[in-house]
Amino acid sequence: MWVAILIITALGIVMGWLLGFAAHLFAVEGNPLQEEIETLLPGSQCGQCGYPGCTPAAAAVASGQAPVTLCPPGGRALAESLAQKLGVTIDLAGVTEPIARVAYIHEPLCVGCTKCFKRCPTDAIIGGPKQIHAVFADACTGCENCFTVCPTECIEMRPLQATLQTWYWPRPSEVA
Amino acid sequence: MFRRPTIGRFRIRGGIHPNDCKALSAAQPIENLPLPPLLHIPLQQHIGAAAEAIVKRGQSVRKGELLARDQGAISAPVHAPTSGRIVGIGSYPAHHVSGLSVRTVTLQPDGYDEWHDACEGVDDPFALTPDEIATRVAAAGIVGMGGATFPAAVKLNLRKRYTLQQLVINGAECEPYLTCDDRLMRERAAAVRDGVLLIAQALGVSAITIAIENNKPEALQAMREAITTTPSIQVVGLPTRYPMGSEKHLVQMLTGYETPARGLTADIGVVVHNVATAAAVYDALRHGRPLISRLVTVSGGAIAQPRNLHVPIGTPISALITYCGGYRSPPAQLISGGPMMGQPVATLQVPVIKGSNGVLALTADELPQRREMPCIRCASCVTACPCGLLPLTMVAHIRAGNLDSAVTYGLPDCISCGSCAYVCPSHIPLVHYFNYAKGELAARQRAQHKQGETKRLAAARRVRIAAIQQAKREQMARRKAATAERSA
Repeated sequence: MWVAILIITALGIVMGWLLGFAAHLFAVEGNPLQEEIETLLPGSQCGQCGYPGCTPAAAAVASGQAPVTLCPPGGRALAESLAQKLGVTIDLAGVTEPIARVAYIHEPLCVGCTKCFKRCPTDAIIGGPKQIHAVFADACTGCENCFTVCPTECIEMRPLQATLQTWYWPRPSEVA
Repeated sequence: MFRRPTIGRFRIRGGIHPNDCKALSAAQPIENLPLPPLLHIPLQQHIGAAAEAIVKRGQSVRKGELLARDQGAISAPVHAPTSGRIVGIGSYPAHHVSGLSVRTVTLQPDGYDEWHDACEGVDDPFALTPDEIATRVAAAGIVGMGGATFPAAVKLNLRKRYTLQQLVINGAECEPYLTCDDRLMRERAAAVRDGVLLIAQALGVSAITIAIENNKPEALQAMREAITTTPSIQVVGLPTRYPMGSEKHLVQMLTGYETPARGLTADIGVVVHNVATAAAVYDALRHGRPLISRLVTVSGGAIAQPRNLHVPIGTPISALITYCGGYRSPPAQLISGGPMMGQPVATLQVPVIKGSNGVLALTADELPQRREMPCIRCASCVTACPCGLLPLTMVAHIRAGNLDSAVTYGLPDCISCGSCAYVCPSHIPLVHYFNYAKGELAARQRAQHKQGETKRLAAARRVRIAAIQQAKREQMARRKAATAERSA
């Protein structure tokens, strides 16, 4: 009997040590799934999902606290790719395709307070203190951070107009 | 690697035989359209970046003067089609199915039609080096005139990146109704020949084939007569089948080699140019004339007198229709280009651009039946597809929203020729689905690109903010140290 107890104990010690060593050697910093999800998210740190940025939002999706449809600017395409990544089925009926909007500053109303300039996550607003600001439309993600802070309400969110380069045929209407 | 082309030796798959309706306008000689009261010259008439206007409102320009210069690697400049005064630079409806506006220079002709001094030709253009030819072609704003409007000079410089053996000149004109290339070859065969030789010189190739569909015997005859003294050129008659004029299919027909998927014909050593482009190259080099006018076929059952017109770029298409005697009967549809791949025209005010080869006013009888029925899996579209694709499967995937599956089935290889929709007994707008799916995929790609750029900008901003805070902390520390020193 003692032999059996000794063997089992020795095995336990050796395996425990091995496991401890492996845990130390192959340690993973952070949740890898979270990082993968974060690369899929738009990364504009806009906060429209209710989380303070894309990293906390990715953490929430990875831990299952937030649905894959959380990101309004990502729209349908992002929801689909997140669902594929997590292996879940989703109901896309409630997901509306976002209308692309960009901020536009009405220059006569701008007082150059730099509030919007400081809040813009992609540096899409150019200007300085007491200088009229302007939006660099190509860099604007339409997150509305500037829209909410402007004290003179001079910022308008304008829908992005199609150009000859971006226009394409709409989906044909189908027969029953 | 290359074998001389043999007629009928190589076969391409698929294709259709639509009623070509070319008899409506094929017998009409080219006529010069009188100058309209206003010309609207868009700054984006080509694939690539729009040109940038260098003229101002109120300025007087002469015929052939530069109005806007090219921007970036793939772009083309725009010139004044006649002498006159610039009355405006602004938005004007584009020659595009969307009806969107595009930046346009509006010119009021003064009627003198005086050439600009800079428009000087070369007495012997064959003495020019390939680089000089390419530079002059680029400066003349020449684009692919078969409808693709890809800047021609970029294609002339392909010799720098590929080993080329063969130049193919596309005179197939496989679209029904259109006869402007046919008339051009009949009436200006010598100019086409010299343009072809100049293109070959720029590309550094000695084997040249001019390919013409057999339904244009007069054009074949005229070109054969024009090349009797030039042994390097061969004129080949092609069987009449749509889409013979698609460059990849034309090359396969002539050489037996298939262009790799998503590749260029240059990958197999062949460059294809249109006959009208060749004539434009000749005019630019020999006479110094930039691309400021083109041939347009005005045809269709609703046009009173179908004609082939020589039209200044920027002429509203309403002027063309008026010149052709207006409508015989109310048109059911107006199309720019051919009936197969052409696009509906939004308004009659849109201007003729460098790529417009036809204006068609079709009656209801000439249009396909519209009522769409469910797919019966007859696979007629599979037989008709010249690219060897499965249109019915791709449409099923697109309808289900699986664009990625449609891509695996070869959607990017679709040339949108419309053969599948033409033969479909259920009148399913297959090509419309493919155009939608291609546009949607391109939009997704743009969104992906923007997302990458957004991440880069957000990261750059984080770095900048961290640097500013660090600098503030250091300044604070210095100030504290200075105060401590003073008080000590």
